[in-house]
Amino acid sequence: MASSSGAEGESLDDYDSLIATTDVELLKRAWRNEKAAPEILRFESHLISRVKEQIQLMEETVEEKSSGGNDPLSVSLYQMDLDRTLFLLRSYLRIRIQKIEKYMFHILKTEELWNRLSKDEKDFARTCSSDLNQHLEETVLSKLPENYQSVLKQSIISEEDDMVPEPQLDTFVLCRSKEYLTGIQLEDGPADDRQFSSKLFEMERGVLHFICYKSIKALVESGKLDLL
Amino acid sequence: MAGQSNHELSLFSAEELEFIAEDEIVDIVPNLKMGPLNFISGDFGPFTPQIVTQVPLWLAIALKKRGKCSIRPPLWMSVEKLSQVLEAERDSQEMSDQLPFHYVEISRLLFDHARDNIPDVYMVRSLIEDIRNVRFHKVETDLEAFNGRTIAVKIKNLSAMEVNIVRPFIGRALQAFYKHDSPELIPDPERVSDRRPQVVNNAPRRQLRR
Repeated sequence: MASSSGAEGESLDDYDSLIATTDVELLKRAWRNEKAAPEILRFESHLISRVKEQIQLMEETVEEKSSGGNDPLSVSLYQMDLDRTLFLLRSYLRIRIQKIEKYMFHILKTEELWNRLSKDEKDFARTCSSDLNQHLEETVLSKLPENYQSVLKQSIISEEDDMVPEPQLDTFVLCRSKEYLTGIQLEDGPADDRQFSSKLFEMERGVLHFICYKSIKALVESGKLDLL
Repeated sequence: MAGQSNHELSLFSAEELEFIAEDEIVDIVPNLKMGPLNFISGDFGPFTPQIVTQVPLWLAIALKKRGKCSIRPPLWMSVEKLSQVLEAERDSQEMSDQLPFHYVEISRLLFDHARDNIPDVYMVRSLIEDIRNVRFHKVETDLEAFNGRTIAVKIKNLSAMEVNIVRPFIGRALQAFYKHDSPELIPDPERVSDRRPQVVNNAPRRQLRR
């Protein structure tokens, strides 16, 4: 998908904000994007492992402080900070699991999506789909006429797997750009009489837009846009 | 107000929005002495009595609940400022950019936990209420301008809570427009029987649309 950024002279800005941005902030962004995107996004493996490390360190610190019995106030504040981060992490992982459960057959057969999962998520998707497969087989499918026994197809005359739920990429999502973007292709279909179909779209920094997820998918993946 | 926060399309529950808003930074005046706090989410403090320091809202509220600080309401939460904003909102169909993205949540949290730190709290509260109503009314009128050609909607200065309220509606409406406008998504009896290329069955349908 064609996308070019019109950002000039903002690299310094970016650098500053990168330095000032904590992992919690990044996790919050990942969480919001994941919540808002219809399909599963790439697992933020580096970020997640850093956050997990920090959580573990913090848990040890809190443990230490509370057994030392000094200053219950700051211990409780540290605990609150820890709880907030834990909430973000859990919620992030849960949304991903929900998406995997919903679209597991689709993810399993789509390499691009499959590669977005973490190792644990892959294990989960594999076990989950084989269990579901087996369950459906035993309870329903084996009792149906021969032509209708596939989990993936309505009947054997279906050419494609037409019983696999797929995420709807033409959902409209709300996004905010971090920089001035231009040349966003709104429709990737062949140009026809509708004037807007080939029109390039621009976005000012910080302005909210409701837009079709398909059109901005690449920008979300490259981190230029935030969903919310 | 159209309370549709349970709807799966609203994505963020009111509690989650509040959670996000709690990371906004506010000024507090502590009345205790405490060393710096090195949190996962950042370093805050040290805290010295009567010396203003900046902390996230959740920390401010936690300290406030324990009677360890007073919270300085943000500058926009004054009668003077809010009256200006209200006037500006009433004067123009544009949404004013004077208020922070999370103004609803921040003001709500402060009303709940730090009302004694807000000067003229009743006035401030009713002003914010009025601003909310005016703004929401504007959003509703803006929505009437939608039509089938709308492929992307730009909304300036809409706040988090307002976004959440209109999201289910706008999202569904745009999607419906989009679907009805995409010929390939309209079930076509001819297409079911044999999958001919798009170009072939484009012609007759075009005529029907006109």
